[in-house]
Amino acid sequence: MRPEGRGDLDSLYFDYPQFEAPDRGGELVQETPVVIVGAGPVGLVAALTLARFGARSILLEKKSTFNDGSRAICVSRSSFHIFDRLGAVEPFLEKALGWTKGRSFYRGRQFLEFDMPHDANEKFLPMYNIQQQYIEQFLYEAARDTGLIDIRWRSEVKNIHEKAGRVELDVTDPAGAYRLKADWALAADGARSTVRAMRGLRLKGENFEGRYVIVDVKMAHDYPTIRRALFDSKSNPGYTVLVHRQPENIWRIDYQLKPGESAEEATREEKVRAMIAGILSDIGHEGDWALEWWSVYTANTLLLDDYRDRRIFFIGDAAHIVPIFGVRGLNNGVADGENIGWKLAKVVKGEAGEALLSSYTPERRGATLDVFANAGKSTRFMTPPSRGWALMRDAALSLSLSAPFAGGFANPRQMTPFTYAGSPITIGADEDFESGARPGDVAPNVRLDDGSNLVDHFSRSFTALWFGAGAGAEAPIAQLKKLDPDMRALNVAGAIIGAETINDDAGAIAERYGAKAGDVFLIRPDLYFAGRWRGENASKITDALKTILSAGEG
Amino acid sequence: MADMNFADLEVFYERLATAIDEAGAEKTDLFLTKLSLLLANKLGDKHAALDAIEIALKDIS
Repeated sequence: MRPEGRGDLDSLYFDYPQFEAPDRGGELVQETPVVIVGAGPVGLVAALTLARFGARSILLEKKSTFNDGSRAICVSRSSFHIFDRLGAVEPFLEKALGWTKGRSFYRGRQFLEFDMPHDANEKFLPMYNIQQQYIEQFLYEAARDTGLIDIRWRSEVKNIHEKAGRVELDVTDPAGAYRLKADWALAADGARSTVRAMRGLRLKGENFEGRYVIVDVKMAHDYPTIRRALFDSKSNPGYTVLVHRQPENIWRIDYQLKPGESAEEATREEKVRAMIAGILSDIGHEGDWALEWWSVYTANTLLLDDYRDRRIFFIGDAAHIVPIFGVRGLNNGVADGENIGWKLAKVVKGEAGEALLSSYTPERRGATLDVFANAGKSTRFMTPPSRGWALMRDAALSLSLSAPFAGGFANPRQMTPFTYAGSPITIGADEDFESGARPGDVAPNVRLDDGSNLVDHFSRSFTALWFGAGAGAEAPIAQLKKLDPDMRALNVAGAIIGAETINDDAGAIAERYGAKAGDVFLIRPDLYFAGRWRGENASKITDALKTILSAGEG
Repeated sequence: MADMNFADLEVFYERLATAIDEAGAEKTDLFLTKLSLLLANKLGDKHAALDAIEIALKDIS
């Protein structure tokens, strides 16, 4: 919503482009390997990931421009790594505001300051704030420049069904209607997914009581990029307020509604203005401010039983709704897009069997359940579901002022990455290793002696990381390259033929990977570890890649 | 006496939240007072137990 007299796209800082429907002057392509419904951040990441492997797609978007307001604002390190691999991270680094700290206040007194996990080996900060419109704009520009993504604005899907092993979609745009045939479809059409509704599928889970009004305010306000949480403040006694800085002097203010308070009443402009005036007084802002945009949000944990419906995959909010406190709505969706993107690219290019696609639901639905478990703790603290939880929260807050340990309950602990340890494509006899990241974890970055990042040396596809001289490594490397033409072999502190040498004089890589000379690590296109083997078993890496790609099956 | 580690304390926090709901609104005071007596007895330290009362009395207005 926007203030009286301003249209949906009348932003104080963002100029919305207007995109036209596809030109009918030429013949409109009506067949594609992959169709993606929804050009939000999640659909765009999926399309860009396919394009990264040279796979074409058609992207259908009902609207004629980017999101009307800035819904998602917190973008995590893992999403920056994804944008980086898509070649799109530069404008994000220029525009976004990075942060590492949060502060919590009870009745105006600070009782907690927490740091998110970060060290000098990381390529990116733990979190960045940037408005969703910019996220969409930067990804759109990258997608346009690939030449492989046919983006069709003002194009609405009216019907979707499967016929003769393909997906058929009836698409309507201002110039008329047509039928589009695709081998695979990705539904990235958001929380109110029409594809999901047309397939007769429903999200299942819990609707929590906690509702927030989320408001963007433009003001010159002097405070670093630190997330602030206000508990029991003067402006919202008994409830919570969150304050985040965004680029362009825009500040995100989220405040909790009282149970029974009507959302319609609470989102009337005068009501919002009065609340914001009170909150700004709480945080000591005395200058001018202007309302930019607001909306209402409910803390839900909902997801599909299966993220796959035969040849259709659900990604992002179309598959799951997560509470904001974990800052995993957009970040989780972006990871979905990359996950299905590289797997589908391998399948459509004939480099993997269709069985690879069966790993999508267990990996990404598992990640959502993990978000639910983590966000559940935050949600029960931010919006206690019962009298018992409310009393505990209030007791912890009151106690935190004189006994700092109690402040720990207010730490949102947003950064624990999910592991694919239980995935059908995580392989490797890991009992041989005592330390380092485990198969199913994200492969850690290491800042190298020459200042570059280890992850920058990885392939866009699979990477084999060999330690030491690697006697007999040439044959498996040649086999790996046959299985995956984009495979890259890296050799840490060695000179194996067919591999790029990486120096590790200080032993930092070996330490972070728990590796000895002769060991080998298989890293997936999305930076997850698929497996690791001690030197005597190093040749097993080729069988592992065969299993992952279900080579010979498709 | 060493403090409890935070992960264990979190387990206690969560169990106490549901236990308060089990006790019900009318009996919460009785339940929490019984619990305090039990914990003080387990603590086995008069000064620490009395000190805890003083800390808990702060910031409750």
